[in-house]
Amino acid sequence: MALINEIDYGTPEVKSDKLVELTIDGTKVSVPAGTSIMRAAMEIGNHIPKLCATDSIEAFGSCRLCLVEIEGRAGTPASCTTPVAPGMVVKTQTPRLKALRNGVMELYISDHPLDCLTCSANGNCELQTEAGVVGLREVRYGYAGENHLNDKKDVSNPYFAYDPAKCIVCNRCVRACEEVQGTFALTVDGRGFNSRIAAGQNEDFFDSECVSCGACVQACPTATLMEKSVYDIGQPEHSVVTTCAYCGVGCTFKAEMRGDELVRMVPYKDGKANHGHSCVKGRFAWGYATHKERILKPMIRAKISDPWREVSWEEAINYAASEFKRIQATYGKHSIGGITSSRCTNEETYLVQEMIRAGFGNNNVDTCARVCHSPTGYGLGTAFGTSAGTQDFDSVDQADVIVVIGANPTDGHPVFASHMKKRLREGAKLIVIDPRRIDLVRSPHIEATYHLPLKPGTNVAMLDALAHVIVTEGLVNEAFVRERCDPAEFAAWASFVAEQRNSPEEVEKITGVPAETIRAAARLYATGGNAAFYYGLGVTEHSQGSTAVMAIANLAMATGNIGRKGVGVNPLRGQNNVQGSCDMGSFPHEFTDYRHVSNDAVRSIFESIWGVKLEKEPGLRIPNMIDAAIDGSFKGIYIQGEDILQSDPDTKHMAAGLEHMECVVIQDLFLNETSKYAHVFLPGSTFLEKDGTFTNAERRVQRVRKVMAPRNGYEDWQITMLLSEALGYKMPYKSAGHILDEIAKVTPSFANISFELLDKVGSVQWPCNDKAPEGTPVMHMGTFVRGKGKFMLTEYVPTDERTGPRFPLLLTTGRILSQYNVGAQTRRTANVAWHEEDVLEIHPHDAEQRGIRDRDWVKIQSRSGETTLRAEITDRVAPGVVYTTFHHPMTQANVVTTDFSDWATNCPEYKVTAVQVSRSNGPSEWQEKYREMSEQNTRIAERLDAAE
Amino acid sequence: MSHNTEQRLVYMANQIGTFFRAQGHDQAVAAVANHISRFWDPRMRAQIFAYLSEHGGEGLDPDVKEAIEILAKKAKTVA
Ligand code: SF4
Ligand code: SF4
Ligand code: SF4
Ligand code: FES
Repeated sequence: MALINEIDYGTPEVKSDKLVELTIDGTKVSVPAGTSIMRAAMEIGNHIPKLCATDSIEAFGSCRLCLVEIEGRAGTPASCTTPVAPGMVVKTQTPRLKALRNGVMELYISDHPLDCLTCSANGNCELQTEAGVVGLREVRYGYAGENHLNDKKDVSNPYFAYDPAKCIVCNRCVRACEEVQGTFALTVDGRGFNSRIAAGQNEDFFDSECVSCGACVQACPTATLMEKSVYDIGQPEHSVVTTCAYCGVGCTFKAEMRGDELVRMVPYKDGKANHGHSCVKGRFAWGYATHKERILKPMIRAKISDPWREVSWEEAINYAASEFKRIQATYGKHSIGGITSSRCTNEETYLVQEMIRAGFGNNNVDTCARVCHSPTGYGLGTAFGTSAGTQDFDSVDQADVIVVIGANPTDGHPVFASHMKKRLREGAKLIVIDPRRIDLVRSPHIEATYHLPLKPGTNVAMLDALAHVIVTEGLVNEAFVRERCDPAEFAAWASFVAEQRNSPEEVEKITGVPAETIRAAARLYATGGNAAFYYGLGVTEHSQGSTAVMAIANLAMATGNIGRKGVGVNPLRGQNNVQGSCDMGSFPHEFTDYRHVSNDAVRSIFESIWGVKLEKEPGLRIPNMIDAAIDGSFKGIYIQGEDILQSDPDTKHMAAGLEHMECVVIQDLFLNETSKYAHVFLPGSTFLEKDGTFTNAERRVQRVRKVMAPRNGYEDWQITMLLSEALGYKMPYKSAGHILDEIAKVTPSFANISFELLDKVGSVQWPCNDKAPEGTPVMHMGTFVRGKGKFMLTEYVPTDERTGPRFPLLLTTGRILSQYNVGAQTRRTANVAWHEEDVLEIHPHDAEQRGIRDRDWVKIQSRSGETTLRAEITDRVAPGVVYTTFHHPMTQANVVTTDFSDWATNCPEYKVTAVQVSRSNGPSEWQEKYREMSEQNTRIAERLDAAE
Repeated sequence: MSHNTEQRLVYMANQIGTFFRAQGHDQAVAAVANHISRFWDPRMRAQIFAYLSEHGGEGLDPDVKEAIEILAKKAKTVA
């Protein structure tokens, strides 16, 4: 294995159907019109020396190293800023050019510390390389003149350092921050010789607007901006291409290694979801893999109050299996179940559901997607026939109107947000429907045309009002509806939304958003060109989550904004493999490809391949499992990579359910919160230690490649196999690829997907079968998967979670950029620097009424429970609304969330809880009790090493 | 069986009924019955059937009660 060095073409690819032919150094080359000479030369392998150009950003033309000669033109133009022209004859290397480049290089080098041997970029520095390329042999100016060699280093960012002494002021970082990331954190400070790169106004990187995406580090040609891990470890020697395990964007990275030590993660240019960009999590926050708290040995205990005892794999597996068998013998076949994880691979998820359906002999399998995007599956499945988003990410390049509802992409899906922001800077219009003024509403060079700050819990009313305007103002795309949708259902829907109670004027009373703004937004969506919906958990995590998804689908169909590039209905998935875990048959009622368990033909496919009889009745969903546990009919659970105690609502109810179980088996990296109620702990492996695939939010199936041996001994799918075998159901799989082959065999939309195909083409979007051998970027073109598009009547029903005198405020929850979900991984990295604790955002007006000052400890109380945290006073939230994240276990934000849930899927209503907030002087009673229990239940008594 | 779970099932069933109500009586009853049989585990169905016979379906919305009656009858004939 070698280090993958991607070709830098110097300037970005230009998309044009028109080809231009020219001659470079005697060779003819054809490139799209508008391409730079520099890029055209690189296409034929002729590297023109360059410093200020790189192909992730537009050319700038400042370093003057890339000069060329063009026949018939005077002077020596910069090849990075000069576009090709038909018949042009270019020379990239002549004595005149050589002399000029030498002179330029000499000036750069005279202000550069020549400590190459001890420099962190040694061997991977473009300045060094280009000095070699231009043949620089001496520097006439000497090094005694004025220079920047003693400028102070900025090491404030936890992951990279800025060493101004090495800066050549090529401006690549500044442009990367603007063009690639869209944050505009960097500027060039000063003029001429004094110019230096500055993050913000006299701030260091950490305190500036910088979001630590790493784009500038990647763009920097020298060691000026450099990962600290490279300082510490040295330059990597080989790399492996793999997929980020954090969010549903699914960025492709090169894991750059030295031996089996990971040096750095570098976003991969050929990654179809990220095109070479990354965020702070995937790029830098991988240190949890070697964190000292990671559990590497299996452990068991008879009672949850006992200390953990390290045991061999064999003992742990046999213990878990014997407990499950005992429970089934005592309480019946349906008394156990399991939960698959959206963090694990498709192959691992598939195996867990297989073990449960075939090994446990029941359908009690669910996935953590239950608590986030199950309404997406139900809603889009009902409307269009497929439980998935309709577009690829690149589709946003052709969107003219972007509607973001209940999502906060700059925090939740940062790399896609950067992509979206690029399109917005190009002029696409933005509508934000969200109770909070999320960053997108106003950020550098972006301003939402309309922000509809609706009251939490009123999405459906708002969406129906938008539909009302479209129908009553004659904005329906009649031709599309006639051709593609069921006419009777459309007519029923149209007369329903046209009713007066759905008018913006009536809905204003419910949502708090002025009717005129609703009307204007509806007109823009219907008439502004290609319009696309992007939505997140702010849509799904409601008692009307599924209804809202269908309401969005209705709008897309009514305006014909579906079935081509630039439009569509796009769920932004939370965790890396939410889409995949749903696709893989993790829900209790369906097999892969969303086929119901009652379907005899489908069941018989699995029965014949697994060799057992399968149940045709749906099993329990997570909340039902917990209820059944409290009722006494559910006694044992296997949970892979999921922390239901922290991530699921109504913590006390969840804790009670777990406490009622006789055997809780957790497979995870750390002793998570749920493990405090567990009897068996099976140490899991990280994404760096396994093979498999993840499926991102755009249905893109991508390889996860093992870059190091699992420190715990096994990949997660191997552990499931061990347990399954001990239960008496032996699985035949030799490798993760072998599992994928079986998935392809039983899943029509995966029919052509294999490791071989993915290794060849990088990634594909399902469906990928004989009808679509290279996958399907945009769905429902020509016709909907279900045939005719289905309009559903989406009556607004207010949630039963109401505010009143005791609980006058509405709490809504979310996440922030640097942290991920329950924080188990990110809290164990330097990312905590950005988020030491969860805070409660409260409007100044509400704070003042309660005598709360910024940073005060406050108590937040709901019908379910109470917790304490610090207050942050901000007008980002509207009066009457408070907001927090749930990344830290001691905050236990879910102690206050209720068990209200989506009517169709039981997806919990995280986004609306009626609460009261008051000043407090410390942790709540529950927090104190929980802390005590936590300490008690996480003791590890015997270390195996000592015992052996 | 705890009173609590029963109440929760009644609540859930009514929630389903509320969504389908807009489709009119006949369609709503059929849709509720279909939803419950597709998504509820048999023990949940058994619980709501038991509730129906013990408490006469008190608290269940009319459409929902009708749907559950149909399911209960079907379950009996199959059994
Ligand atoms: S890390 Fe990203 S956000 Fe920060 S300065 Fe660099 S490019 Fe800008
Ligand atoms: S920090 Fe790096 S990329 Fe930025 S101007 Fe200096 S040398 Fe260029
Ligand atoms: S967390 Fe998401 S956006 Fe960030 S690098 Fe990973 S996949 Fe990309
Ligand atoms: S690379 Fe063209 S001017 Fe710097």
